[in-house]
Amino acid sequence: MIGALLAKVARMISGARPVWIKPIEGDAQRIFFANHTSHLDFMVVWSALPASVRAKTRPVAGRDYWAKGPVRRFLSAKVFKGILVERTPASSPSEEKRVAARVSIERIVEEMGTEYSIIVFPEGTRGSGDEISPFKSGLYYLCKLKPDVQLIPVYLDNMNRILPKGEALPVPVLGRVVFGEPMEVRRNEPKEHFLARARSALEQLREEHG
Amino acid sequence: MTLPFEVDLSWLPFDVSLLLLLGGVLVVLAIGSIVGLILSLHVKREAGRATIANLNARLRAWWVMVIVFGIAVATGGIGSLVLFGFISFLALREFVTLAPTRPGDHQALFWSFFVLLPLQYYLIGIGWYGLFAIMIPVYGFIFIAVRSVLAGDIDHFMARTSTVNWGLMVCVYCVSHAPALLMLEIPGFKGQNAQLLFFLVLVVQLSDVLQYVWGKLLGRHKVAPLVSPNKTWEGLIGGVLSATAIGAGVWWATPFTPLQAAGMAFLICVMGFSGGLVMAAIKRDRGVKDFGTMIEGHGGILDRIDSLCFAAPIFFHVTRFFFDVSDQVVP
Repeated sequence: MIGALLAKVARMISGARPVWIKPIEGDAQRIFFANHTSHLDFMVVWSALPASVRAKTRPVAGRDYWAKGPVRRFLSAKVFKGILVERTPASSPSEEKRVAARVSIERIVEEMGTEYSIIVFPEGTRGSGDEISPFKSGLYYLCKLKPDVQLIPVYLDNMNRILPKGEALPVPVLGRVVFGEPMEVRRNEPKEHFLARARSALEQLREEHG
Repeated sequence: MTLPFEVDLSWLPFDVSLLLLLGGVLVVLAIGSIVGLILSLHVKREAGRATIANLNARLRAWWVMVIVFGIAVATGGIGSLVLFGFISFLALREFVTLAPTRPGDHQALFWSFFVLLPLQYYLIGIGWYGLFAIMIPVYGFIFIAVRSVLAGDIDHFMARTSTVNWGLMVCVYCVSHAPALLMLEIPGFKGQNAQLLFFLVLVVQLSDVLQYVWGKLLGRHKVAPLVSPNKTWEGLIGGVLSATAIGAGVWWATPFTPLQAAGMAFLICVMGFSGGLVMAAIKRDRGVKDFGTMIEGHGGILDRIDSLCFAAPIFFHVTRFFFDVSDQVVP
């Protein structure tokens, strides 16, 4: 119930109209991946989903942000059922980062089980909105481990203008959530190739519908 | 207005004149809806069907808009203030969405939406004309420029600041003059100012609708082909003259004589046309057809009130200059 209410509030603040290039059908497991410019992003994708899909869709989010304070803890644990992962600082040794990443991916796969879909932001952190940053490898490994899930690109328009990085107060600009056509990792596709292709799927949505 | 027969209608939330105006609009809408229904059953050609589907969508939206406006006017001052405040908010939202603002404008925009906008309507609520008339163009403009410059982004600074200021001017300042009609003090018209507001909105919207109708029927010669290809001289002249005639015909609900009412209605129509043209140029400039998608068949809020933006302040000030007595100083 809190979830439905929050979804309404998020839709109101963002004015976000969902646009479906290809409507989703059935209850397959899905990975929604989107560009990331604002704290609102996950809420907006989540609230744009049909209620039945929303109930089975969980965000993957940084523990450092969502485990802070009782409100965020409550929301991520009880309402969104967030899958919280550790984010290692960019300065840590690369071996340490690799281990942490593997642990996170395994944890995500385990939490997804055979039932849940997830929302991820493969840029890893929020950008200014001018450009979509190169994707982290996690999305590739995730798809390798879950080859039968649908991979759906989601372009978020104007979220950086509603609540940009570093601002606490939102401006009610009208946003948009564009859900693209499902894609998948091709057989024997190299990692870099797939990540570039996934990123350009978002850029294409931006050009055509942004 | 005095009725030719004796009925006690004092229990109504409406003034009798207002009730007649609203009833008239509802009757016209009902006739329109019936015609729309008959057309949708009889027209078979593909192109014709699309036009009629759009007509019916517009009519459905009109029902909602007339009912909302009717309720707002019935609740007197506060209802109209809240309604127009809300309209300003949604219009500014559409305007800013299209405007190429940058992160450096974020704080200035926040103030525009959540401080300047409510303050403008609050000033009308407490009837402080002196500050209402200058708050946005003096304090607002200076504040917006200073707040943006403090953010330190000089890229397109002049264009960005002007854009935010113009958005405030059109969506908030201009629109707020419609409910501001309620604070005028016109001798012999006390407590009936809601009818002035109704008169303004009725004439401005009728002018739009009738220009559309005349344009569809006879339209040949384009007024401004580059700005708004749908506007024709035939539509403009037919629409303005017929809306002026209707405006003159409801003089009994205003403090004006029939001739004055015709003059006022004509002024409202011309300003409405100008507003629509300017807003069309802004849409062209930004490469869009409509400001939004909020009202089915009409586009966004701003597409529906574009003509009100310019008509409201001019109608307000002309009425105030010639009919208001609160602080007239004879030179």
